[in-house]
Amino acid sequence: MGRLSGKVAIITGASSGMGRATSIRFAGEGASIVVADLNQEGGEASVRECKENGGNAVFQKTDVSAEAEIKALVARAVKEFGRVDIMYNNAGIGGAVGPLEEISVEDWDKSQAVLLRGVFLGIKHSVPEMRKVGGGSIISTASVAGLRGFQGLHAYCAAKAGVVNLTRSASLEFAKDKIRINCICPGGINTPILHRNQPGVKEAMEDFLAKGQPYPRAGHPEDIAAMALFLASDDSEFVTGQAMVVDGGLTVGSGFANQRTDTAQQILPPRGFMGPSFEG
Amino acid sequence: MGKLDGKVAVITGAASGMGRATALRFAKEGASIVLADLNSQGGETAVAECAAAGARAVFQRVDVTSEVDIKSAVDRAVKEYGRLDIMFNNAGIAGAVGPIEKVESTDWDKTIATLLRAVFLGMKYSIPEMRKAGGGSIISTASVAALQGVGYLAAYAAAKAAVVNLTASVAIELGHDHIRVNCICPGGVNTPLIHRGAPGAFEHAEARMAKAQPIPRAGRPDDIANMALFLASDEAEWITGTAMVVDGGMATGNTRFRTRGLPDSGFSGPSFEMGS
Repeated sequence: MGRLSGKVAIITGASSGMGRATSIRFAGEGASIVVADLNQEGGEASVRECKENGGNAVFQKTDVSAEAEIKALVARAVKEFGRVDIMYNNAGIGGAVGPLEEISVEDWDKSQAVLLRGVFLGIKHSVPEMRKVGGGSIISTASVAGLRGFQGLHAYCAAKAGVVNLTRSASLEFAKDKIRINCICPGGINTPILHRNQPGVKEAMEDFLAKGQPYPRAGHPEDIAAMALFLASDDSEFVTGQAMVVDGGLTVGSGFANQRTDTAQQILPPRGFMGPSFEG
Repeated sequence: MGKLDGKVAVITGAASGMGRATALRFAKEGASIVLADLNSQGGETAVAECAAAGARAVFQRVDVTSEVDIKSAVDRAVKEYGRLDIMFNNAGIAGAVGPIEKVESTDWDKTIATLLRAVFLGMKYSIPEMRKAGGGSIISTASVAALQGVGYLAAYAAAKAAVVNLTASVAIELGHDHIRVNCICPGGVNTPLIHRGAPGAFEHAEARMAKAQPIPRAGRPDDIANMALFLASDEAEWITGTAMVVDGGMATGNTRFRTRGLPDSGFSGPSFEMGS
């Protein structure tokens, strides 16, 4: 008996990375899944892996920035599996990167369309189906970049912060319908968005990311899939409006072992008690 | 195959409410548990429940404000089960309540000792055992009162806010030891701290608390136990330093005044274009 037995999930960006890992995890817990992505080949591979893991799955080619395609995606879930219980708005891009003055308006708009508008559309069109089945769980991929500023990542940071607060305001509206709305803020996860499937880059990125936060390893798509499963399952029945941080401690503060320039470590004695300064 | 098979947990405040629900949940997932509390009778009952679920469990009488007692709870886990993987610093009181200028400094101190100092002690004495075991998960009960002010509950709110930032700071220190440190911020959960076991009080609180947050029911100890299980398990291996809010949306934002002054739906454009 899986934790998602009988449930139907839509997952965008499910051809790779966190979306694919989550699809496979959900399939293993008994869910039926619509794998949505622009990348057809990767999507078909995810579908095969879902089936190998014991779940039903179909692929739907989807551009999350297009309202008609999100509508078609929800309709596909209903047509194939009869209902929608879980919507995971996960598809993402790096989007416009670099100095703010050099960002073209077109790149800005495209970033917002995929990262923020795509989430709005996913919520808007899945909610009516969830009402019909008496509730549901909507999950979106935000980012630690939705909680903190990151230089050279302006469009992404703004959009992800938008996802965090859209999650909060939408959760207030739909709680009475037993539709829970949460998002996940991943830290440095080694996915194709970073390693781009180039030879050797995944391994190099694994080493690089291991040093990026207090917990001494890179984040893996499965770390996010585990949180998505918690949020999708009835275990989180009283959890809504949250931005769940899965970042190995990246955003917790300063002073971890790999931060050699840390001020506190340089100024403070290694241990003991510091009293009033006038006492020397 | 349980999610906590072979793991050993110490849970403070395990004689009732969230601690007890968590003990039982951990028991069903294969953990061995030291249930620590001031309340021996409730603690022994909870131990019996855990045993009935097939787990190894013992009661240890503990005053969490006592350093010796906290150390004894950790020692007991090692003596009984050989190791320590999970520490749940959960014991709590409401403590000093009422107008701040009427709060006695002794009540203030007692509140901070139970809610904050005890968490420090729980971390301090469980860390060495977790290092020996190659890692572990420390969980503490904070509160939504840690995230925003609560009038007439200042000592509690201050102590809980401190638990959140203590959690974050210690997480930074212990990441490289594979010891994860997180806390949970419950909202309105109907426990004996609220209903105090008086006849009819549970039901009364249940009805009142159902209206206190967007999700239209009172929080249950099991809601917190579910989150504690997630944080204790390997599922959360890359999660550290967080304050996980389980509050039915209580602290999420403002519902009451959401549309005042704005149309019920549609688009609100520049005010100068609006009709008179």
